[in-house]
Amino acid sequence: MPDEHRLDELREQARNKGVVAGRGVDIAGGPIPRKLATASPSGGRPGYYGEPVVRPPVWTWEIPVYFFVGGLAGMAAVIALIGLIFHQGDLTRTATWIAAIGAILSPILLIMDLGRPRLFLNMLRVFKHQSPMSVGAWILFVFGGCAVPALIALELHVHQIFTGGFDQFLQIAASLLILGSAFWGMFVATYTGVLLGATAIPAWFLHRTLLPIHFGVAGLGSAAALLELLGHRIAPLGALGFLAAGTETALWIWLEIDKHGKADRALRESGSGLQIRCGEILSGPLALILRVANLVPLAGISFLLGALVSRFAWIAAGKVSARDPEAVFASQR
Amino acid sequence: MIGEGTQSTNQRRHSYVHDNVEVGFFTDPTVCIGCKACEVACKEWNDVPDDGFTWLGNSYDNTGHLGASTWRHVLFLEQDQQKGEQIVGSLGGEADPFRWVFLSDVCKHCEEAGCLEACPTGSIVRTEVGSVLVQDDVCNGCGYCVVSCPFGVINRRPEPLPNAGGAFKCTFCYDRQKSGLVPACAKVCPTESIVFGRLDDLRARASERVEELKQNGYADAQLYDPLETSVRGIHAFFLILGEPEAYGLPPKPQVPTIHLKSAWTSAIATAIGALIAVSCAFAFLS
Repeated sequence: MPDEHRLDELREQARNKGVVAGRGVDIAGGPIPRKLATASPSGGRPGYYGEPVVRPPVWTWEIPVYFFVGGLAGMAAVIALIGLIFHQGDLTRTATWIAAIGAILSPILLIMDLGRPRLFLNMLRVFKHQSPMSVGAWILFVFGGCAVPALIALELHVHQIFTGGFDQFLQIAASLLILGSAFWGMFVATYTGVLLGATAIPAWFLHRTLLPIHFGVAGLGSAAALLELLGHRIAPLGALGFLAAGTETALWIWLEIDKHGKADRALRESGSGLQIRCGEILSGPLALILRVANLVPLAGISFLLGALVSRFAWIAAGKVSARDPEAVFASQR
Repeated sequence: MIGEGTQSTNQRRHSYVHDNVEVGFFTDPTVCIGCKACEVACKEWNDVPDDGFTWLGNSYDNTGHLGASTWRHVLFLEQDQQKGEQIVGSLGGEADPFRWVFLSDVCKHCEEAGCLEACPTGSIVRTEVGSVLVQDDVCNGCGYCVVSCPFGVINRRPEPLPNAGGAFKCTFCYDRQKSGLVPACAKVCPTESIVFGRLDDLRARASERVEELKQNGYADAQLYDPLETSVRGIHAFFLILGEPEAYGLPPKPQVPTIHLKSAWTSAIATAIGALIAVSCAFAFLS
C-alpha cells in the first residue's frame, strides 16, 4: 500500500520537525472534503455560506402600526396646543381626542409585541439615555400621562359638569396637560426614527438622519389629514397638509439621491424596496397632486395610507437588509 | 495550555469573579478539530433547548449560526488556499491548495456592547469579569438588543421552546465562574482551541501564536479583536486565517450608540420644526 508507506513517512517527519511540508494522502470516500474544480468558497455565497451577519428584527405588525398611531397622536397633540392658543376650541377638542386615543392604543400595541407581555412594567424599571427604546418608553408613558387626563379635564370643562372654582381649575389643568402632551407628543412622533437609526442594521443606520424627519413629518401630515377628514376643513390644516406632502416628496428625492450601493439596497430592491416607493409616492407626490387638484379628502386618505405603508416598508427593509451579509460588509468596508 | 494538564487555565479552579479579573476566550481555529464538543457541552450545562435538526449542507456545519438556543457554533470553511506549509493534492498530481478551517464562534462579550446599551429594562448587565449577561427574569422580550448587536449573536427565543419570549445568548457560564469553574465549552475543548483565562494573558498569548503561525507559513493569520472600532475590543476574540468576512464576522463592527447623536439631532430638529410650522400655519392663516 503506497498510501500507508507515505503515511509512515509523514508521521516520521511530523515527529522530527513538528511541521509536515509535503503532499498528504487522499483517501477515496474519506470523510474529509476534497476540493472540486467547480467548488468555490461558501458555495459561491457571500460571507459564511450567505448566513446573515446581523439579526433581523423580531417585531411583527404591531410595531409599524404603533409607529403610525404614535406619530399621528403625538402630532395631534401639537395641533391641539396651537389650536388652544389660537382659540380653535372645536379643533383642540378633536385633536385631544385623537391624542388620547393614540396614547392608549400605543402602549397596548407595544405590549402585544413583547415576548413576555406580562413583564411590560420592567420598561419603567430604569431610565437609560443611551437606549432609544428606554427613552421612548418613558416619553410614551409621560405623553399618555398628559394626553388622557387632558381629555378628561377638557371634556369635564366643555360639558360644564362642575361650576365655579373647580371648573376654572379644570380649564387650567386641561391647558397645562395639553401643553405637556404637545411637548412629549413631538418626541413620540420622532423618536421612532432614532429607534431604527441607532441599530446595527445597514439600511436603517445609514438613514438615521432621514428617519426621524420622515416619521415626524408623516405624523404631522397624518394628524392634519385625519382632522380634515373629521370635518375640520380649515386653512391652517390645509397648509400643513401641503407642507407635509411637499416635505415627503423632498424626502423621497433625498432617498433616491442618497444611495449607498449594496449597503442599503433593501430600500430599492426586492419587496421591501417596492413598499418604500409605494409609501413615499402615496404620502409624497400623489397627496401633493390631489391637494393641488383640491381633492382634499382623497389627498388626506392618500397621505394616511402612505404613512402607514411606509412604516411597514421600513421594518420590511430592515429585515431584508439584516439578512443580507453583503450589505453589512459594504457598510463597513 | 496543552501539556499543562490540570494546571491549564482551562482546567484549574479560579477566583476571577471574586477578584474582579477581566476574563476572556481566545479561540484558535488552527488547532480546532471540529468535534463540536463545545456546542454539546454548552447545551448540556446551560440546559439550552433543542431548536431543531436541519441539514444545511454547509460543509459539516448543520448548526447554521448563533442564536437564542445556540450559544456556541462551530464554523466549517472550505477554502482554496494554502494552510501553512501543508500541500494538498492527489498523489502524483499538481499541488492544489485547499484548507478546511474550523472555528468555534460565540458571543463576543464586547467592551462596548450594543445589546447592553440598548436594553431598556436593565436586564442585560456587565459582570465582575467583564462579560455581558442577560438576566432572564428581568427580560420582557422587547427585541431591541436583537437589532443592536453588531455580530448578530443575541436573539429572542420563539415559541414553543422553554422560556420562550426572552432574549438569550452565551452567559460566559457566569454560574460556573462564580463557583470558580471554567466555562463548559473551554473545559471540554480537547485541543484547547478554546482557551479561557485572564484577558491580558490571552491577548499576549494570541499575539505570540500569530507570530508562530506566520513563521510556519500561515501568512494570512491574524487576530480578530476590533480594538480600534467603537466596540473597543471583545472579550471572546479569535485568531483567523484570511479575512473576517469568510467567517461571517463584520470587518469593522460598530456599537450602534455612535449613531445616536445624529439621529437625536434630527429628531429634535424635526420636533422644533413641526412646532414652528403648526404655529405659523395658525398665526398667518386663521
